[in-house]
Amino acid sequence: MDSATSEARTPLGASADQGFKIVVVGGFGVGKTTLVRSVSEIRPLNTEETMTQAGATVDDIRQVRGKSATTVAFDFGRISLDARKVLYLFGAPGQERFWFLWDRLFSGTLGAVVLVDTRRIDDSWYAIDRLEHHGTPFVVACNDFGGPVRAGAEVREALDLDPQVPLIDCDARSRESGKQVLITLVQHVKNRYADPSARAGLPRQEFV
Amino acid sequence: MSRPGNRPGRDDAPDRLYTLTQGRTRTGPDNPFDLVTLVVAESEPVTGMQSEHVAILKLTRSPTSVVEIAAELRLPVGITKVLLADLLAAGRVSARHPHRPAITDPDILEQVLVGLRNL
Ligand SMILES: Nc1nc2c(ncn2[C@@H]2O[C@H](COP(=O)(O)OP(=O)(O)O)[C@@H](O)[C@H]2O)c(=O)[nH]1
Ligand SMILES: [Mg+2]
Repeated sequence: MDSATSEARTPLGASADQGFKIVVVGGFGVGKTTLVRSVSEIRPLNTEETMTQAGATVDDIRQVRGKSATTVAFDFGRISLDARKVLYLFGAPGQERFWFLWDRLFSGTLGAVVLVDTRRIDDSWYAIDRLEHHGTPFVVACNDFGGPVRAGAEVREALDLDPQVPLIDCDARSRESGKQVLITLVQHVKNRYADPSARAGLPRQEFV
Repeated sequence: MSRPGNRPGRDDAPDRLYTLTQGRTRTGPDNPFDLVTLVVAESEPVTGMQSEHVAILKLTRSPTSVVEIAAELRLPVGITKVLLADLLAAGRVSARHPHRPAITDPDILEQVLVGLRNL
């Protein structure tokens, strides 16, 4: 194995026993890796999962030889919340093929952050549509690339965003800003599910 | 289990993966591992053990998530889960699985918020 990567590891404490996931989705170059890096206690790592194009599990690795299989890469970081809880933050592409993997990889997620570049807002429609479809709670964070500031109402309208979905500005390069995005998401999840009547719209909680 | 036709000169990466898991990549309901399941070694590696198993047992001397194991071993997540299932069945690792109804548990969410605010 690659000992160089292992030497750089920061191990978790022995009492760590509860893993949580939050997924950051968005188009290429929107700042996903930057956001993960800003808040992570480890240098972001990346890995991949293989699937068939039809979205089915690859049941036999021999299919990988054929054209039917494709690979989706994602990166992730880690935040130790306390002695037992560890939050993993995943940066994942928003393209169509990625969503076949959602149930397989990201079921049970606390929620998602849709990272938006307001100069190309249309890139985000598909991700929002998919998250609504999966019933995953999410917030929308507009990453500041120094372009003209767009009013929240304008962005909300352009994205056809439900009034209950929090919309915030962020700078993915800033740890404090990234932290606020995560707090906004978890607070939103807490508000949304605190009310037992809201549980009808729960996402599927199947584990793979 | 027989190996599929091995045509010399072709990219051997899929063959390597095939050999690692004896062709199994199925991670159906029988495979309990989640991306963020924390895995802990219950024994030291022994001689003759598959090198990936050795690497996993070394990595998991402290709790390590499935996704970190996959990244460190540079293996796809599905293959990593198969290797982990073998080690779990042999009693060589234990698994600390995530809480299922985390998003509907206000106490857990509050603890997550406290952890984030303390960052
Ligand atoms: N000005 C500015 N640049 C950013 C910001 N976030 C990311 N970038 C830059 O945008 C580029 C793409 O970011 P990256 O995180 O790799 O995007 P990803 O493809 O979504 O992972 C990089 O060069 C970043 O340094 C931001 O908030 N402001
Ligand atoms: Mg990236």
